[in-house]
Amino acid sequence: MVSIQGLSKAFGGLQAVNQCSFDIPAGGITGLIGPNGAGKTTLFSMVAGAVRPDSGKILLDGEDVTGLPTHKLFRKGLVRTFQIPHEFSRMTVRENLMVVPPGQSGENLISALLAPGRVRAQEQAVRQKVDDVLDFLQITHVANELAGNLSGGQKKLLELGRTMMTEARMVLLDEPGAGVNRTLLGKLADAILRLNHERGYTFCIIEHDMDLIARLCQPVVVMAHGRVIAEGSMDDIRRNEEVREAYLGGHAARKLDEDAKP
Amino acid sequence: MSIDLSGLASYGVFLLTLAAIYGVVSLALNVQWGMTGLFNIGIAGFYAIGAYCAAIVTTPPSPSHLGGLGLPFGVGLLVAMAVSGLVAFLVGLLTLKLREDYLAIATIGISEIIRLVLKNEDWIGNGVRGIAGIARPLSANPLVYLAVVLLVLAATYLAVERARKSPWGRVLRALRENELGAQAAGKNIYRFRMEAFVLGSMIMGLGGALYAHFIGFVSPEAFEPVFATFLVWVMLIAGGSGNNKGAVLGAFVIWLVWSGTELLTNQLPADYVTQGSALRVLLIGVLLQVILLRRPEGLLPEERPHVGASPASSAEAEDEA
Repeated sequence: MVSIQGLSKAFGGLQAVNQCSFDIPAGGITGLIGPNGAGKTTLFSMVAGAVRPDSGKILLDGEDVTGLPTHKLFRKGLVRTFQIPHEFSRMTVRENLMVVPPGQSGENLISALLAPGRVRAQEQAVRQKVDDVLDFLQITHVANELAGNLSGGQKKLLELGRTMMTEARMVLLDEPGAGVNRTLLGKLADAILRLNHERGYTFCIIEHDMDLIARLCQPVVVMAHGRVIAEGSMDDIRRNEEVREAYLGGHAARKLDEDAKP
Repeated sequence: MSIDLSGLASYGVFLLTLAAIYGVVSLALNVQWGMTGLFNIGIAGFYAIGAYCAAIVTTPPSPSHLGGLGLPFGVGLLVAMAVSGLVAFLVGLLTLKLREDYLAIATIGISEIIRLVLKNEDWIGNGVRGIAGIARPLSANPLVYLAVVLLVLAATYLAVERARKSPWGRVLRALRENELGAQAAGKNIYRFRMEAFVLGSMIMGLGGALYAHFIGFVSPEAFEPVFATFLVWVMLIAGGSGNNKGAVLGAFVIWLVWSGTELLTNQLPADYVTQGSALRVLLIGVLLQVILLRRPEGLLPEERPHVGASPASSAEAEDEA
């Protein structure tokens, strides 16, 4: 679905992403893991059109989309969420979701002023869709709450909800589980799985919670120091020496092995 | 002290007319700042463009300045809006893709350039001598003109309020709240910013045109930042940024305070009048500080549009409960 080919990005002297290549297969849930500072979020930002790569290519269904702005990628069905939720704080949860659907006729100033009837009809349809999404995520009870007042976990659900308000096909989730309590995390994982199975969303997920990755993701891609160092199933990754080195340092990894021996 | 009733009445009409014109400009700033978060501190520039356009388009032919096209009042208003909008579009092209502070610097720079060009390029608007003889529409009677201005204010309010409540206004608020979030929600934030900036500036131009026809005379000194930019900001902040009713209310309240203090300082002995008028500016500054500290949301805080659940689902919710 998405093919990342030799992507690089430097910020000043820091090579954040260095010649990264991997594929995000259609219909799957790909995990993207790696220690802090490995370049995962920068990679996401490039794929989502928020940061321009220095070199390399991004293909979406075979089409070169490198350097396209976020709103154009959005129209092609590629949507991202943020590690730190970017909700519209002084708007209600419902409004936060109502903003999202593309091509609303009321977003055109002229029709907003001159064709209120058509706008109203469309608003009704958007509102119905919001109700469905709120229901799916089980956050209907906070629909009229200001988004800024939600808990961290609820904001994460709202971020996910945003991706459901459009005809998304490829969703990039940046640490959906960070700061989310266990109960809510289960709900979140269920929602992701359901979206994958029922609606055919392709996901790519950055996450530090290995249980979540193990439960959801296949394949898993590991990054360190801006490079892809491993790719495969979670079991392959667990056994990979280089990955353990990157995460724990070689000595600690060996010690862990010795401790594990009976 | 004897009170001259007819004098008082005509002063009242004068006060209300200017307050209503400021109301139009305050609504314009609310589109840019209150709804979208665009920091325009060059209101005076767009106000001046509107005023001069009206003067040039509607006055009879004259060798002392550009134009003198002798066209009707309505045409003057439209030209004022079109030219202000065009200038805003050009400023926007240069600045709206940059970080927001650049817009502030650019707008204050542009507005000062406009004022200085009008002052020094005599062929445009007769330099510091200005353009006189700008007629009021329909009748010279100030009451008639007050009615015209109130009508324009009402129409502007209704249009801006409809825009605010529409999905267009919702995107503006979203992008004011969180630019990256709006981007991730698929919005072309540059386009929306541009539209809000141009629309607001057009309305500022409209306000300038109304002002020119009211006073009947325009000259560069009327567009000093204190009167045409700073005062409007105080009006919007005091009235309630983000709330169109607040924007209008703020214009009337602050204009009454501002004019009221002028009456007071005029009572001072001649030696103190100059100091007195400087104190008025200070007073408005202090007032702004007090508002920001004690009631930052203004007299009428931004209202949340009511977006209740759709009828079907709220019925379901009740069933569940």
